[in-house]
Amino acid sequence: MMVIVDYGVGNLFSLKSSFAAVGETPRVTGDAAEIARAEKIILPGVGAFGDAADKLRSMGLDRALRDAAGRGVPLLGICLGMQLLFERSFEYGEHRGLGLIPGSVRPIRDAIPAGLKIPHIGWNALKLTERKSPILRYVREGDCVYFVHSYYAAECDEAVIATAEYGTELTAAVQWGNVYGCQFHPEKSGLVGLNILRAFCESKGGAAQ
Amino acid sequence: MITKRIIPCLDVRNGRVVKGVHFQGLADVSSPVALAKYYSDHGADELVFYDITASAEGRALFTDILAETAATVFIPLTVGGGINTVEDFDRVLKCGADKVSVNSGAIRDPSLVQKAAQKYGDQCVVLSADIKRVEGQFRVFAKGGREDTGMEAIGWIKRCVAMGAGEVVVNSIDTDGVKGGFDLEMLSAVCDAVRVPVIASGGAGNIRHFVDLFRALPGVDAGLAASIFHFGEVTIPDLKEELARSGIIVRR
Repeated sequence: MMVIVDYGVGNLFSLKSSFAAVGETPRVTGDAAEIARAEKIILPGVGAFGDAADKLRSMGLDRALRDAAGRGVPLLGICLGMQLLFERSFEYGEHRGLGLIPGSVRPIRDAIPAGLKIPHIGWNALKLTERKSPILRYVREGDCVYFVHSYYAAECDEAVIATAEYGTELTAAVQWGNVYGCQFHPEKSGLVGLNILRAFCESKGGAAQ
Repeated sequence: MITKRIIPCLDVRNGRVVKGVHFQGLADVSSPVALAKYYSDHGADELVFYDITASAEGRALFTDILAETAATVFIPLTVGGGINTVEDFDRVLKCGADKVSVNSGAIRDPSLVQKAAQKYGDQCVVLSADIKRVEGQFRVFAKGGREDTGMEAIGWIKRCVAMGAGEVVVNSIDTDGVKGGFDLEMLSAVCDAVRVPVIASGGAGNIRHFVDLFRALPGVDAGLAASIFHFGEVTIPDLKEELARSGIIVRR
């Protein structure tokens, strides 16, 4: 069974609908036991990192997610959900993440030339790195996806499978063993996004990195 | 780099898409769900659903149509019209909207922008401003462009952005429906005043007008139009091809 983790952060209507469009009906749940039994896990999220990380911990979901990831269950974080996979974030102070992927989340503002608008919002082209990932199997170099974010994953070169150019190379997608993340919104990225979700649904579990 | 967005606007009344010249003389065009799917399949970067009668007559949005659209179309969806409270934000966000645009509701209660931005994030709150020149000044109009608020527009926009509006739709009443091109003077004044995405609306009559818009004003992030798309005068694939040929980065 596939689950979408519901921890009261953001709106899951579009995410549910987009999985339905690729023939999947993931269960939406905030129950740690159910998440621990899941065969695939989607971790969504919008809003502030600190609040979201606190919510995961207060619901006991941080442990359930780490246990599942450690067993090789495919886990896909989306937007803030991707950022939560990293070790820490510097969004309004310093906050601890799930630590499933080595790296930090930092303000885009510090990485790009002054004059570019923040947030990085809109459709931007994906640049694929040398690391081939099953979730990008249907993606072609230059395909556009929809971003909305003010922070980005840094110090994670080994995990980056795609970037987007915005004054610098921003991390767009990551993979670390069976743990995947998209900074953009696949559920809002048209056919390209649906194909990424389809590829995740098709992915097999495996050894944790 | 971020692509320039092309956004068809679907003005909805009684569950049907309408578009009027200068907001009057409405003509029925098509089903919102079918039209939204058509545009998404043909390369629209985003869609705006606007209930144009809501602020005047207090009609609630047809959220079932919105939900049906959001379950069919997987590009960003902005909803406006009749948004007066944080509860109105909640109602449309639950039905699949990604952003909510406020116009008359923010004029009546400017704190709405701040309250909504605090609850849902700046990226969720779009300020839509209907602007017309009155006595040499850009003036904000309310109630679907029918009522002069007496407020100077650039100051109003800056105030709303400071309160958390994450995007601004600038709709020039002076050029709307005329099909003589976007209101570059008005848009330029807004781009100079704020650091959030600016969406141009009102006046597009042909492909050239979009090329002129993005060439003249690099600060404009998106072009919005309705009737020229609805009546097939301009197709989005043709428009994007010409924009790309003119050196403007678009999603294709």
